[in-house]
Amino acid sequence: MSSVRLIWRKSVNAVMLTLTGVAAFGVVCILFLILGYFVYNGGRSLNWAFFTRLPTPVGESGGGMANAIIGSLKLLFLAALIGLPVGLMAGVYLAEFGGKAFAFVIRYTTDLLNGVPSIVIGIFAYSLAVAPVKHFSTLAGGLALGIMVVPITLRATEEFLRAVPGSLREGAMALGASKWRTIATVVLPAAAGGIITGMLLSLARVAGETAPLLFTALGNRFWSPGWSQPTAALPLMIYEYAISAYDDWHRQAWAAGLVLLAIVLLANLGCRMALGRRGMPRSS
Amino acid sequence: MSTTATTIDRAAPPEAGPRAFIRRLRDGDEIAHVVTLVFAAAILLITSLLVYELWMDSRLSRAKFGWDFFWTRTWDPIFDHFGALPFIYGTLVTSVVSLMIAVPLGLAAAVFLAELAPRRLSDGIAFLIDLLAAIPSVIYGLLGIFVVVPLMRTVIGPALKAVLGKLPLFGGPNYGVGFLTAGIVLAIMVVPFIISVSREVLLTVPGDQREAALALGATRWEATWQVVVPWARTGIMGSVFLALARALGETMAVTMVIGNDPKVSASLFAPGYTIAAVIANEFTEATGDLYLSALIELGLVLFLMTFILNGLARILIVATERGGGHPS
Repeated sequence: MSSVRLIWRKSVNAVMLTLTGVAAFGVVCILFLILGYFVYNGGRSLNWAFFTRLPTPVGESGGGMANAIIGSLKLLFLAALIGLPVGLMAGVYLAEFGGKAFAFVIRYTTDLLNGVPSIVIGIFAYSLAVAPVKHFSTLAGGLALGIMVVPITLRATEEFLRAVPGSLREGAMALGASKWRTIATVVLPAAAGGIITGMLLSLARVAGETAPLLFTALGNRFWSPGWSQPTAALPLMIYEYAISAYDDWHRQAWAAGLVLLAIVLLANLGCRMALGRRGMPRSS
Repeated sequence: MSTTATTIDRAAPPEAGPRAFIRRLRDGDEIAHVVTLVFAAAILLITSLLVYELWMDSRLSRAKFGWDFFWTRTWDPIFDHFGALPFIYGTLVTSVVSLMIAVPLGLAAAVFLAELAPRRLSDGIAFLIDLLAAIPSVIYGLLGIFVVVPLMRTVIGPALKAVLGKLPLFGGPNYGVGFLTAGIVLAIMVVPFIISVSREVLLTVPGDQREAALALGATRWEATWQVVVPWARTGIMGSVFLALARALGETMAVTMVIGNDPKVSASLFAPGYTIAAVIANEFTEATGDLYLSALIELGLVLFLMTFILNGLARILIVATERGGGHPS
């Protein structure tokens, strides 16, 4: 009787533990399936013209997404310009100056901002930068992405500043440096590697965002000179081409997907390898 | 009064008051303090402005429809009659379906990583799973359209119909796009979050809990399921809320596979619509102020839903990581 029960318990043990292993490896397999599928499908359609040519009119095959690649770079540049300083300075405040109550409020608000759905950020950027001037623009898209960059940059900055040993600060202050000189010349350089990696990670995240660009940057089939016109972006093109009805556009969507996936994953891979797992800012 | 005030001022350590503040400003430290403070306050400003804009820009719709907005099934841009019910329904259904798939899968994987796998293997897999979380949502949408939808039409759908076809939940025609397809794609997207947060929470469970259960003769699985997981349950709930908040706000992937049809249907095979998807599709085409205002009110609803869930998740995760989640 008791041996039957023991056998039962042992088999439950074996079955359930195996299932957990299957679940873990199953999820990892999804990653490799996605990668393999994109390399196979995108690789076939990727060619030199993809990087150098403009999209062709409907019905004419060939062409590329040069304008979308440049558009994405311009949007990322704006996002960095808007988001990184705010995230960095606020992170310095939280790590070095912050009091209790106000710092808590800022931290909480940052988490909140990080959790806002990207489409809602899009609405926000629309009301700030599109509605008043009545036209879509690169600027508005950059603003939307810039807002999304802030929380991740702030988190990384704060964490890496806190990881700088107190003895470094004390050493600088003992030599007579004021607090801000200590921060600017000793603490920040010591944490620079981590902070820069965190910034790159935050840019890698917004590089793939589509939803906030739908009604800010809008998309464009031509070059977009300057900053105040609608612009194409890689994720927008993928979306537009994927839901279209043309096989040729589908092929290009796969190619663009491969390029985007490669950029985002390589940036993540590089940053995370450089940091090691410990001290990595949480993406959630 | 003035003379006494100055003497006290000199004797006392620097404290609050505008004059003392301005005096301290002259040191570089205070300038640095104020400058960084301004940037920190900017975050507060951005977030309040976000809420303010959503609230103000949706006032037309709020004034016209009031609370009826939430119960109305019609979405008719031509006659300017807008109700949010189909979208709220679609958002909730897709999110619940995704959690039904992602929670068991994610929890099992987290248990494996935290309890069974050797540390290096566990770290390696967690690293790969973080990469999975970094994949942009439009990429998942692309896979959804060209891989999941055909699979749904030819394999998963017919199989489910053969087994459970009698239930209204799996009745009706199967187009490939719909609630279930969106739920499956969402599940793949949120499972990394459940795994990575749950694993961290499970790793904080003290080793003596495990050892005590094993010493009493429990099998490895019994120790895990009856001792370790209950200990960490608040944090695991936190990870689920976090995943739910993600799923509710997810836009691109869902828009591409849900079918974009504002209907409330009992069948999971039926095409539907979500809040984020309707904003993505119709925002640029919204002619008329009321139309735009109704879409922005939907954005406000979405914002409030994720706001509440994120807040709850954060509280639960912090509670467990501090060890307060366990009823002593």
